[in-house]
Amino acid sequence: MGESLALTLPEIILTVGAIALMMVAAYGGDRSARAITWIAIAVLIAAAVFVPGIRDAGGVAFDGLFVADSFAAFSKILVYIAAAIGLVAATGWFSRDGDYRAEYPVLILLSSVGMGMMVSAGDLLTLYVGLELQSLSAYVLASFQRTDNRSAEAGLKYFVLGALASGILLYGVSLLYGFTGSTLFGDIAVALGTDGVSAGELFGLVFVLAGIAFKVSAVPFHMWTPDVYEGAPTPVTAFFASAPKVAAIALLTRLAIEGMGPATFEWRQIVIFMALASTILGGVAAIGQPNIKRLLAYSSINNVGFILIGLAAANREGVAAILFYMAVYVVMTLGSFLVVLRMRDEADRPVETIASLSGLSRTRPGLAAAMAMFMFSLAGIPPLFGFWPKFLVFDAAVRADLTWLAAVGIATSAISAYYYLKIIKTMYFDEPAPAYARSHDVPQTVLIAAAALFVSPLGYLAIPLIQPLAANAASALF
Amino acid sequence: MTGILSLMLAVPVVAAILCLFVSANGARWIALAATLADLVLGIILWLNYDIGGPQWQFVEYQPLFSRFAWALGIDGIALMLTLLSVFLMPICILASWSSIEKRVQEYMAAFLVMETMMIGVFMAQDIFLFYIFFEAGLIPMFLIIGIWGGANRIYASYKFFLYTLVGSLLMLVAMLWMVNYAGTTEIPKLLTTDFPRQAQFWLWLAFFASFAVKMPMWPVHTWLPDAHVQAPTAGSVILAGVLLKLGGYGFVRFSLPMFPDASAQLFWLVMGLSLVAIVYTSLVALVQKDMKKLIAYSSVAHMAFVTIGIFAFNRQGIEGALVVMLSHGLVSGALFLCVGVIYDRLHTREIERYGGLSNNMPAYAVLFLLFTMASVGLPGTGGFVGEFLSLIGAYKAHSLVGAIATTGIILGAAYMLYLYWRVAYGTSRNADAAAMPDLNGRELVSLGTIALVVLWMGIYPESFLAPMRKDVDVLMARIERAAPASDSRLAKSAHAPAAAAAHVTAAEGAHH
Repeated sequence: MGESLALTLPEIILTVGAIALMMVAAYGGDRSARAITWIAIAVLIAAAVFVPGIRDAGGVAFDGLFVADSFAAFSKILVYIAAAIGLVAATGWFSRDGDYRAEYPVLILLSSVGMGMMVSAGDLLTLYVGLELQSLSAYVLASFQRTDNRSAEAGLKYFVLGALASGILLYGVSLLYGFTGSTLFGDIAVALGTDGVSAGELFGLVFVLAGIAFKVSAVPFHMWTPDVYEGAPTPVTAFFASAPKVAAIALLTRLAIEGMGPATFEWRQIVIFMALASTILGGVAAIGQPNIKRLLAYSSINNVGFILIGLAAANREGVAAILFYMAVYVVMTLGSFLVVLRMRDEADRPVETIASLSGLSRTRPGLAAAMAMFMFSLAGIPPLFGFWPKFLVFDAAVRADLTWLAAVGIATSAISAYYYLKIIKTMYFDEPAPAYARSHDVPQTVLIAAAALFVSPLGYLAIPLIQPLAANAASALF
Repeated sequence: MTGILSLMLAVPVVAAILCLFVSANGARWIALAATLADLVLGIILWLNYDIGGPQWQFVEYQPLFSRFAWALGIDGIALMLTLLSVFLMPICILASWSSIEKRVQEYMAAFLVMETMMIGVFMAQDIFLFYIFFEAGLIPMFLIIGIWGGANRIYASYKFFLYTLVGSLLMLVAMLWMVNYAGTTEIPKLLTTDFPRQAQFWLWLAFFASFAVKMPMWPVHTWLPDAHVQAPTAGSVILAGVLLKLGGYGFVRFSLPMFPDASAQLFWLVMGLSLVAIVYTSLVALVQKDMKKLIAYSSVAHMAFVTIGIFAFNRQGIEGALVVMLSHGLVSGALFLCVGVIYDRLHTREIERYGGLSNNMPAYAVLFLLFTMASVGLPGTGGFVGEFLSLIGAYKAHSLVGAIATTGIILGAAYMLYLYWRVAYGTSRNADAAAMPDLNGRELVSLGTIALVVLWMGIYPESFLAPMRKDVDVLMARIERAAPASDSRLAKSAHAPAAAAAHVTAAEGAHH
């Protein structure tokens, strides 16, 4: 028991931290919001430091319900970093509008607990509990700006559709349990492997995949994404686009490889369909978007498509590529959203239209250069670092004899290149629009600069650091 | 000499970063100094290149990025194309000296980054490093066209970017497959790998998609006239001078030696498209009203000589194609500079607006005439050597190809002389055109230097052919067995090609 608790140390730190901060918030009120935020960031860092499975071998806790291996460790650290950056982004943004509340960091911490459980789930029930904990916090976060109709609408939409997805997932879980006799990933894999995949198991598998596809917003379960991303307060959107995506994709990967390994042939078709549909729709639908947050929503759908190509490969390289992709994706996405957070007109109101970016290269050259790097990087144009994870994903697909998938997938990336170029065109080629209000938020500026450096060609120097970690994490699943 | 290639790549990048932090004039001087420094390094490279030595020289190898390496090295072909790039760059900077007024720092930085990417393509010995350089060049060119281009620049920049991007994406998948099959990313090793015939077909098509767009070949050439017309003068020079050569280089470096069977199998595809390009785009060039567009279409036609020469599967054809690449790089670059000279004065590219320039701009008229003749392929200029050799190659490959391709020379003479006649001869139609001053010192230096090299290439092409000859040997040894059936009776004497080529070049040297 003690050993199991030691393996869940990051979750314990986060939970205790969240509860303690909730008490502080209850007594200190919103005046303490700033302090609570920084303490919450410290808690996230502490949790990241104590993640098992990086320096040691990790292990399995609670008889297989909770797996703390190197795969979980990699994903968790990524999730915690993304959540911490989301918090840094939030402080500056909300405080300007005066409705920052002390619950915000607490909700992020609780959501992080849920995400940690998701990536460590070794059992369908752990999976469900983690997913729900993360989602419930997310529903509240989406509607955090209570005075804003759009935010309330986003929260409600997210909740209704999220609840539906959870229902679908639970139905799949019950089918899988009924037909395989277990909820443990390992046992399910054994049951699927012994006598082929029965019709009932197949149904369960499809429902579970559909439920998770909703969480990773893969087409055709993506409909909520643009609306929620647009409606939610921008720092929340930045959070949604990064940490929960990482957690959900890690969860999907572990479930597919560990729990459904013998049924690879069956789920691969589904994943391939979702991958191509996501890259194509994420590309085409974004073209006409005038709102930068909606555009980034489609961009995240598009990127999920590429990540799913790595999953379809279903080999060690594919999983390593997924992890690497997520590490770079988180930086690119958070970087772009940090720039979006800077988009405020003279009166300090947030603006979200792409047109307002016009001529940014002349009014704010540094900001424009950073955004241009994120966009080229998201488009996967070398020598920017965003090229590398795409390269790894396609490499994995080719190694898995899915050359055709790599060819089609890579061709669709030209569609998305078009709208990333559109933003660069707006910033660099068009005549300047009224300049944005200046911001003096130093932590944000530092983060934008750091993210831009990471996606610049200098990022390649990080490959020797990240690649072994990703490879090691991937080998934990095989 | 180890490290000189890395140094050549580093100089422009460092200068580009410096450019962003200085005044407009500072950026101009930094850019000029950096490009001249690279030119000097390039000349050092040439002087130290050991003709007849090992195939790959100045090799650097540093496993840096886990799956591929910082592997650089050049053979004779790459050496010549690198030299072409570093030679044209200072001229481009001079051409933009006063015509670019806004955002000079960013412009110079974009150009310098562009230089690194271009010479990186020729130097890369790792297939993925090659891809990164090949693709990365799109970014600065996109910005150059989009920010400093003409009225319709946004459309042109998109078209340029997306056309070339789509082409090269498929190539990346092919590269992944090849590396997976051969187990190495090193180009020299891949060059000696025999890929299965069935796979060669698909790989060849994937590479073809990329290089044909870059080249550009008919019918995917349509981005070129748009990009040329909208790009600033220096952008056009670099586009025509070097970027188009990346396609030809790709064919010589990858398609032919790596997939010889597929190249032979698809012989008629390449020849068909090239012949259509020669005849069709020449005719299109004939009716253009815009000078830049005319030269852009002429580039498509000239590039078709390159593809014909390369896929002729014989020594003359390949050597001819390489010389056409070099001479076209210089000549079309110079022609765009010539257009730029008068565009800077009158701000129009319409042929109708000019006329009788030989009266008020004699020096200009002389140099323009020289480049026009070089473009037509007049003996004594580099254009003749290249086109003559590739036509010999074409005849040897198939007489029909040779016959149709030769019409391109006639048509080329027609549209170029027609252009020159309308611009330089007759009486001036407009007072403002008649009042234009002759070349200034800066323009004279730029055009004069290119003119000297063009004449050098025409009179003594051996200087340029010698470093490449051994590489063509290697290439021929690799592809000879796959050569498609030819209707030429000469084909039976296998030893003839080498002797003939030496004879041809010697004869030219003697004649002029």
